[in-house]
Amino acid sequence: MRIVTALIILLALASLPFWVSAYILAVLTVAYYFGVFAMAWDLLFGFAGEVNFGPTFLIGLGAYSAGLLDNHGVPVWLCVIAGALAAVIGGFVLALPALRLRGPYFGLITLVAVLVLQQVIVIFAGVTGGEIGLTINDVLSVDSGHNYWLALAFLVISGLILYSFSRSAAGLILQACGQDAIEAQALGFNVAKHKLAAFAVSALFSGLAGAMLVFYLGTASVDTVVDISVGVQIIIAAVLGGRRTIVGAAIGAVFLIVAGEILRPLGQLNTFVVSAIALVVILFFPDGLVGYLLRRGERA
Amino acid sequence: MTPPLLEVSGLTKRFGGLVAVKNLGFSIAAGEILGLIGPNGSGKSTAMKLIMGIERANIGSVRLAGREIVSWPTHRIARAGIGLVFQHSRPLHRQTVLENIKLALLPDSLFQLAAERSVDAKARAIGERVGLGAVLDRHPTTLPFADLRRMELAKAIARDPEVVLVDEPFAGLTLAEVESFSALIRSFREEGKAVLLVDHNVKGVAALVDRVLAMYLGERIAEGQADAVMRDETVRRVYLGGAIETHARAIAPEKSGVPLLKVTDLSVFYGKAQALERVALEVHEREFVSVVGLNGAGKTTLFNAISGLVPYAGAIEWRGGALAGKTPAAIARGGIAQCPETRELFGDMSVQENLDLGGQHQPPAERAARLIWLYDLFPILKSRSKQLARTLSGGEQQMLAIARALMMNPSLLILDEPTLGLAPVILEQLSKALERLRETTSITVLLGEQNVTFALPHADRVYVLEHARIIWQGPPDRFAAEAGAGYL
Ligand SMILES: Nc1ncnc2c1ncn2[C@@H]1O[C@H](COP(=O)(O)OP(=O)(O)OP(=O)(O)O)[C@@H](O)[C@H]1O
Ligand SMILES: [Mg+2]
Repeated sequence: MRIVTALIILLALASLPFWVSAYILAVLTVAYYFGVFAMAWDLLFGFAGEVNFGPTFLIGLGAYSAGLLDNHGVPVWLCVIAGALAAVIGGFVLALPALRLRGPYFGLITLVAVLVLQQVIVIFAGVTGGEIGLTINDVLSVDSGHNYWLALAFLVISGLILYSFSRSAAGLILQACGQDAIEAQALGFNVAKHKLAAFAVSALFSGLAGAMLVFYLGTASVDTVVDISVGVQIIIAAVLGGRRTIVGAAIGAVFLIVAGEILRPLGQLNTFVVSAIALVVILFFPDGLVGYLLRRGERA
Repeated sequence: MTPPLLEVSGLTKRFGGLVAVKNLGFSIAAGEILGLIGPNGSGKSTAMKLIMGIERANIGSVRLAGREIVSWPTHRIARAGIGLVFQHSRPLHRQTVLENIKLALLPDSLFQLAAERSVDAKARAIGERVGLGAVLDRHPTTLPFADLRRMELAKAIARDPEVVLVDEPFAGLTLAEVESFSALIRSFREEGKAVLLVDHNVKGVAALVDRVLAMYLGERIAEGQADAVMRDETVRRVYLGGAIETHARAIAPEKSGVPLLKVTDLSVFYGKAQALERVALEVHEREFVSVVGLNGAGKTTLFNAISGLVPYAGAIEWRGGALAGKTPAAIARGGIAQCPETRELFGDMSVQENLDLGGQHQPPAERAARLIWLYDLFPILKSRSKQLARTLSGGEQQMLAIARALMMNPSLLILDEPTLGLAPVILEQLSKALERLRETTSITVLLGEQNVTFALPHADRVYVLEHARIIWQGPPDRFAAEAGAGYL
C-alpha cells in the first residue's frame, strides 16, 4: 500500500516537466538537492546520534572542489566524483578526532569547521572567488526538464540507498552505537568504526549533492553552500520532516524551500514566517511530520 | 589440569583519591559460578567493568583462557568471549524487544545489510527461553521491570560468551522470578560457561554459586564456600548485619478524623491496558502503610498518580482537599515527597548538590541539621559528597534518592521499592532509620515493596495490590496467614 502511494507520487513528480513552468521546475530542482543534504544529515543525527552542526562543511567541500576542478578544465562527471571524494576525506579528517569527544563537543567542532572553511574561501579569494563566488562554466544540462529529472532521480536513488542502509542490520548497529555507545561496545561492536562509516556515507551524499548543485546553479558561493544559515536550514528541514525517518528529511527540505519561494513576495517577513511555521511544527509534532503520520498509522 | 577460563590478578582502579578496586585477584573455571558479594560501593560493578574494558585498570591483569586482555578495547573483549549483564538495564528504547535481542546476534560488520534469516528465528527462540515470548514486539519502555531484566539476560544468551558477568540479576525481582532467573544462570554453568555473579540477595546467591568472594572497600576480605564466607566475622559485620526486627508501636496512631491521604475509586489506563482498577486506600497522620505487590501489580502507577505524574479517574484527597488538577510541583510543595523507583537523580550534579536541591524549601538551619542527620544515616554518602551522582554505585544512588526525599522534610514520604540494590547491612540501617523517624517525628510513610521482609516490620497496616486491584488489607501480623502466598 505504502509502496503504491509512493510510486504514484513519484510518477506525478516525474510528469511535472510536461505541464508546469520552468520556474517551478527550477525551485523544485534546488529543493531536491536540499532533500539529499537533509537525508544525509539525518543519517548522522537520527541514527549515529551525532549532531553535525556543520553539514555545509561537507557540502561546501564537495561544491568548491568540483567548481575549482571545473575551472581547470576537468570533465564535469570527474569534477562531481572528485567533489564527493573531497567531502568524504574532509569528513574523515573532521570525524576522526571529533568522535572521541563526549557530548556537545562534537557538534561544536563541526560548527567551527564550517567557519574555518568559510574563512579559507574568503582568504584565498584569488582562487575561490571569495565573497562574490566562483563562476562555473559547465552545466549538467541546459534543459530545465533534464535538470529536474536528474535532481529527482538523484534524490530518489540517494533516498533508497540511505533508507535501506538505515533499515539494514548495519543500520541497527549504528542506532545502537548512537543510543548507548557503552552497551554497543559491550555487545561487541566497534563504535568508532560504525560512526566513522556513517560519517563517510553522509559526507559522500552531501558532497555529491553539493557538487551537482553548483553545476546546476552555475556558481559556487559561500551564501548558497557554506554559510551557517544554510546548515541551519538543512537541520530544520530534517527535524521538521521527522528525525530518524530519512524520507521525512527530504519531505521537510522540499517543504521548506517551496514555502520560502511561495512566501517570497513577503520580502523580509518571508524567513520569519517560514521559521515560525517550522517552530510550531517542531513544538507540536516533535517527531516531525512524517514521524507524526507514522505514529498515527501505528495506532490505527 | 585445564587453566581457569578467567583469571584476574592484581587488579586496581583509582577514581581520583578513591581506590574502588584494590589488588583484586580471583579465577573462575569453565562450568563454575563465582559469587561476588560486598557492601554498596565496595567495587563489585567496577571490577566487572574492568574485566569488560569499560573502565581501564590502573594496574593488574585479566586473562581469558590464558590470553592477556586487560588493555583491549571493550568490543574486542566482547568478541573474544566475555559478556556483561549490566546492573541497570540498558535497552535501546526505539527498538522492539525482538530487535534488541537481534542486535546481540549480529556480527560487527559494516556491510551486513540484511541479517541472516536464522537471526530472526534465533532471537525469537531466545526470547521464548527467557519468557519474553508474549512481548517480543513491544518497546522496552512499556515493559515491567522484570521483563527488562529478562531482556538483558536474553542479550547475554544471544552473545553466547564463554564468560558471563551478571550484575545484580535478582534486584527488584519476586521470589518466583528469582527462581526462574536462577535456573537460567544455572544453565550457563551446564553449558560450560564461567559465571561471575553479583547480587545482594544473599540467599539467592548462596543457592546458586560454587564459591563466594567477599569484597570490602575494593579488597578481598574472604573467599571460599558460600556458608563459610557468610559465617565469616568480617563479612557479617560489614555486609550482612543483623536481621530486620519488627518494631511494634507503643501507641498506635490515632485513626479518627480526616485521613491525611484518601484515595477512592482510582483507575489508571495506559492506552488500552488498565494499570489500576478502582483502588481505594487511606493513610492517616503518622501512620506507616505498606503497599505490597509483585512487579507490575501497579504500585508505581499508584504513587505516580498521587504525585500527579499520570492522569487518572477517581479521587485523591490530601488533608480533605482534592489533588486532581494540581501540578506535580504543587503537590510536592504541599508536603508529599516521592522517592521514585527510578531514582531520578541529577546525574551531572554532585551528591551534595542533589541533597541541597531536595532541601531548598527548608529554612537554612533546619536544612543543615537534616544534612548532618542524613550523612550520619548514610556515611558513605558523606564520603562521596563531591562525586557526581551518575558515577555512584547502584546502592549509593538508591541511598541518595532516599536521602534527597528525606531532605524535603515531607509530611508524607512515599518510598517506591527503597530496598532495590541495597546491601543487607544498609537495609538494617534503613530499617532503624525508619523506626527512628516514626518515634521522633510526625512523618507519615507510604511504602511500596515486594520484599515483605522489609515491608512488614515497619507497617501499621498493609495493602496487597495484585493485577491492578487491592485484594487484601489488614495488619501485618495477619498478612502471613491470609495473603502471604507468593511473597514469603
Ligand atoms: N566514575 C567514577 N568516578 C568516581 N567514583 C566512582 C566512579 N565509578 C564508581 N565510583 C565509586 O567507586 C566505588 C565502587 O563502585 P561500584 O559501582 O563498583 O560499587 P558496587 O560494589 O557495585 O556497589 P553496589 O552494590 O551499590 O552496586 C563507589 O563508591 C563509587 O562511588
Ligand atoms: Mg554495583
